[in-house]
Amino acid sequence: MSSNVSSPEITHAPEHASGTGRIWKTFWVLSALTVVELGLGYFLYWKHGELSYALTLSTKLLIAFLTLAKAYYIVSIFMHLGDEIRNMIMTIIVPLLLFVWFIAAFLWDGNSWKTLRNTDGGSRPDQTEQHQQHAPAVEKDAKK
Amino acid sequence: MWYFLMSDAFTFGAFLISYGTIRFSVNHWADPNEVFNAFPFAGHANLPLAFVSLMTFILIFSSVTMVLAVHEGHKMNRKGVEKYMILTIIGGIAFLACQAWEWTHMITGDHKVLVNGEIERWGTTVTRNPWGPHVMHNGELVSTPGPIAFGGYFFGITGFHGFHVFSGVIINVVMLIKTRLKHFDQRGHYEMIEKAGLYWHFVDLVWVFVFLCFYLV
Repeated sequence: MSSNVSSPEITHAPEHASGTGRIWKTFWVLSALTVVELGLGYFLYWKHGELSYALTLSTKLLIAFLTLAKAYYIVSIFMHLGDEIRNMIMTIIVPLLLFVWFIAAFLWDGNSWKTLRNTDGGSRPDQTEQHQQHAPAVEKDAKK
Repeated sequence: MWYFLMSDAFTFGAFLISYGTIRFSVNHWADPNEVFNAFPFAGHANLPLAFVSLMTFILIFSSVTMVLAVHEGHKMNRKGVEKYMILTIIGGIAFLACQAWEWTHMITGDHKVLVNGEIERWGTTVTRNPWGPHVMHNGELVSTPGPIAFGGYFFGITGFHGFHVFSGVIINVVMLIKTRLKHFDQRGHYEMIEKAGLYWHFVDLVWVFVFLCFYLV
C-alpha cells in the first residue's frame, strides 16, 4: 500500500504504473459487445415471425450471455473488483449467486401462471399459441 | 461502498425478476421493436433500437471518462480529474435528457387502440398500454389494450434507474466542487473520486441489464 492512503476501505494495491491503455481497450470491448447485441436484436426484428421458437429463445439467451460478459468487464476493470483481494471478491460475488436461483424459480413460476390461466387450472387443453402475435413491422402511426 | 452496491443490486434484481415473472405469465407482451422505434427529430421514421443504443453508448462513454478521472486521481493530477469529471457529468446529463425525451414521447404518444368496440387514442402510461395484440377493425389493423403491468414496470424500473443517474450526477458535481476547492490535494488522496466512480459504474452496470430486459429481448 502506498503511504498516502489512510482509508480503511481500500482493499487493493493501487496500480500507479499502468496506463490508460487497459481502460480504452475495455471501452472498445464493451462497444463491440453492444454492437453485436444490437446486431442480434435487429436479426430478431427482421426475421420476426420466420424464426422457430427455439431459435428465437437461443438468440435471446445469447444476448443475455453477452450482457453478462459486459457486466464482467464493467465490474472487473472499471470498478476494478478484479484487482481486489480474493476474500473481497468472494463476499460480493457469492451472495449474488442467489440470483441464479431467483431467476430460474421466478420465471418458472411466471410460466406456470400462464399455463394455469390458459387451461383454467388444468381443466381444459391449452389452445393459445406459444408464439406472440405481432403486427407486421409496418408502423401504424405512419397512417395517421 | 461495495456492500451498498450489492444491496442496490438486489433491489434492481428483484425489480427485474418481478418484471420477468409477469412477462412470462401473460400470453402477449409489448414488442420492444414496436414500442421504442422513435428518434428525436426523425418524425415517424421506424428506427427500432436506435435511440436506446445512443443512450447506452452515452452511458458507457461517461463510464470511461469516470475511470480516467479516477486514474488521474491516482496520479494526483487535479486538472486531469477536473476535466474528466466535467465530461462525466455532461454524459450523465445527456443520458437524463435522452430519458426525459423518451418518457415524454411515450406518455404523449397517440396510438389507435380498440377499446370496447370504439377506437381511442392512447399514450403509454402506468394505467394504459396501447401495445396489445392486433385485430382487424373496419378493414384496418389496430391494437388492443395490452397488459397494464407494462407501463408500471417500464416507468418504475427506468425511473428508478434514472433517479440513480440523477443522484450520481449530483454526487459527481459535489466531487468536482471539492476537487476545485483542492480538498483532495489537502487530504493527500483522491479516494472519494474513486467511491463516486464505483457508484457511477454501478449505474452503468444496471443500465446494461435494463437495456437487455426492456429493449433487446
